[in-house]
Amino acid sequence: MKFNDLIEEVYNAITVNKVRSGLTMLGIVIGIASVIAMVAIGQGTQATVQANIQSLGANLLMVMPGAARSFGTSVSAGFGSAETLTPDDATALAALPNVAAVAPEISGRYQAVYGSENTNTTVMGTVPAYLQVRNVQVDQGSFFTATDVTNSNRVAVIGPNVLSELFATPTNASPTPDMAIGKNILIKGNIFTVIGVTVAKGGSGFASQDNNIYVPLTAAQHYLVGSMGYVSEIDIEVQAEQAMSTVEQAATSLLLERHGISDPTQADFNIVNQADIVSAVSATTGTFTTLLASIAAISLLVGGIGIMNMMLTTVTERTREIGLRKAIGAKERDITLQFLGESLALTFSGGVLGVLLGWGIALGMAYFASTATQVSLGSVILAFGVSALIGIAFGYYPARRAAKMNPIEALRYE
Amino acid sequence: MEKIIDCRNITKSYANGSVEPTQVLKGITFSVARGEFVAIMGPSGSGKSTLMHILGALDTPTSGDYFLDGKNVAGLSEDELADVRMEKIGFVFQSFNLLPRTTVLRNVALPLIYAGISKEQRVKIAEKALRDSAFPEAAWQYHSNQISGGMMQRVAIARSLVNDPAMILADEPTGNLDSKTGDVVLHTFQALNADHGKTIVLITHEQYVAEHADRIIHILDGNIVKDEKNPHKLVARNEKNIAP
Ligand SMILES: Nc1ncnc2c1ncn2[C@@H]1O[C@H](COP(=O)(O)OP(=O)(O)OP(=O)(O)O)[C@@H](O)[C@H]1O
Ligand SMILES: [Mg+2]
Repeated sequence: MKFNDLIEEVYNAITVNKVRSGLTMLGIVIGIASVIAMVAIGQGTQATVQANIQSLGANLLMVMPGAARSFGTSVSAGFGSAETLTPDDATALAALPNVAAVAPEISGRYQAVYGSENTNTTVMGTVPAYLQVRNVQVDQGSFFTATDVTNSNRVAVIGPNVLSELFATPTNASPTPDMAIGKNILIKGNIFTVIGVTVAKGGSGFASQDNNIYVPLTAAQHYLVGSMGYVSEIDIEVQAEQAMSTVEQAATSLLLERHGISDPTQADFNIVNQADIVSAVSATTGTFTTLLASIAAISLLVGGIGIMNMMLTTVTERTREIGLRKAIGAKERDITLQFLGESLALTFSGGVLGVLLGWGIALGMAYFASTATQVSLGSVILAFGVSALIGIAFGYYPARRAAKMNPIEALRYE
Repeated sequence: MEKIIDCRNITKSYANGSVEPTQVLKGITFSVARGEFVAIMGPSGSGKSTLMHILGALDTPTSGDYFLDGKNVAGLSEDELADVRMEKIGFVFQSFNLLPRTTVLRNVALPLIYAGISKEQRVKIAEKALRDSAFPEAAWQYHSNQISGGMMQRVAIARSLVNDPAMILADEPTGNLDSKTGDVVLHTFQALNADHGKTIVLITHEQYVAEHADRIIHILDGNIVKDEKNPHKLVARNEKNIAP
């Protein structure tokens, strides 16, 4: 039997019973489509979260005060409020090799007021290096300078969310940065002059810097915290990714030495590597993706069983046909190939439609529900592979059953 | 003369659950020479179809030897039997066995798929076979379930011709036909036998049909009871105007 004849026979057999073939195929279509869509949602979420973390700044090490702990464990009492890190620590860290920039920070939530509008938000005292370390850009106006830090000047750079909170008017709900620049706002009762507005970074919660007000480190210590002695975090930007762990070790030993601690387990600070956060979050979103994919895989399995069910019914229904084909010269192989071909054709076309549908769902989710989705080539190839495999696995048994039939008994079958 | 069929003491039994196996054929011995036209007659249930299946290498005997064209069929595998059927035998089954929802032309061409013949060739051969079987050209593209019983029979005959078999085994090929159309079919068989030297084994109830053969074998309860030359062979008329 020639290959193109086989194709033709398969095509005819499938189109003879269009409704049934269509319904059987639907099982595979839904299975494959849900795998594609679910994996796309999972991977899209993962990519978004990773991008959010990356937007915090590249090659970032964050030194936090308090007892050493690994990222992801419960927050220890007094985290971030321990007064163990000093501005001098930051200066010392900046001198380490492979360090691109260091930004000490002190932050707290304060009431900010402009006119009759007010908001309670994070005020971050820092230095100009923060821009580089945390990948923040100024939209209009300018960031404060080293001189502002030296002189404890009361100037502020506000995030776009703060801009809209404080400067919105009944007639203008989305104020432009120039409406804020040069204006004086009150933070914890102290007058600060707005000199710039940062570019919106998007993201929410964990990653959002759009709610921040930035002021010179010394001004924050002087006017807001009331103590010059400590900082709440020191961010280190490492020059290259490969140097991350070297710098992390060097920073640890330097700080241990400066704080006079000989036992590393007694450290009064801890260093969080950005890569640790990425991998912790990736593990979580990876589990999420796996969960979604396995739910979808179950529906694919059900689709496969549908194929087998239909093929078994078909073989029984077409017993006489099989007997006839054998009587006029079909070999076992010809019959096996025909029925296997039928189930493969169903699963494969189901696979193609499923990929298209799944892709459509993923695009639709991204467009209408603004859920980040990412259809990967890998999941498409996997879907095809799986649908072909299902065709073979669930088609083989019925096909063999057909091929093994005795022609006489098959012809006598009523 | 060269024997195309050589049966030696063939028996066939069917196991029927707990009961003793029923012996349908009880020791059939006969031979058919290449180019002979033989009719097998016998009452219903006498074992005619069972014998035809064995002669056509569709089934194997319970005991005894069957040499088809000099080759013992008993020793062949399923696939080898399939090859023998494809190369040497054309079947016309008692119940036609056409593929439903498939055109007449495709039905007739079906055996050629397994012989690996190209599509254009298949169509040509099938069209010729349909003409030889007096099947009306207007209905070639009809589906096999849209035609009458008589037409189905002619499709089955046409299908048995396409692989140019050495031997045609026909089980009641005129059973559903009126006498005029029956004559056309018998004429086709006689022509295939006389002009193309094909061996024909025709199974029938009717004495009139059997009398178109060279030789008539009578079967009763699985035994050959009579095997003699047909003294007055009838020649079928070839009526050109047959109602479809
Ligand atoms: N698979 C089978 N199992 C059991 N018995 C069978 C089987 N096939 C045939 N028989 C029996 O064998 C006997 C002969 O059957 P067969 O079909 O050969 O008769 P036949 O001569 O062709 O009759 P008819 O003229 O009605 O077609 C019948 O009694 C039938 O019941
Ligand atoms: Mg019979």
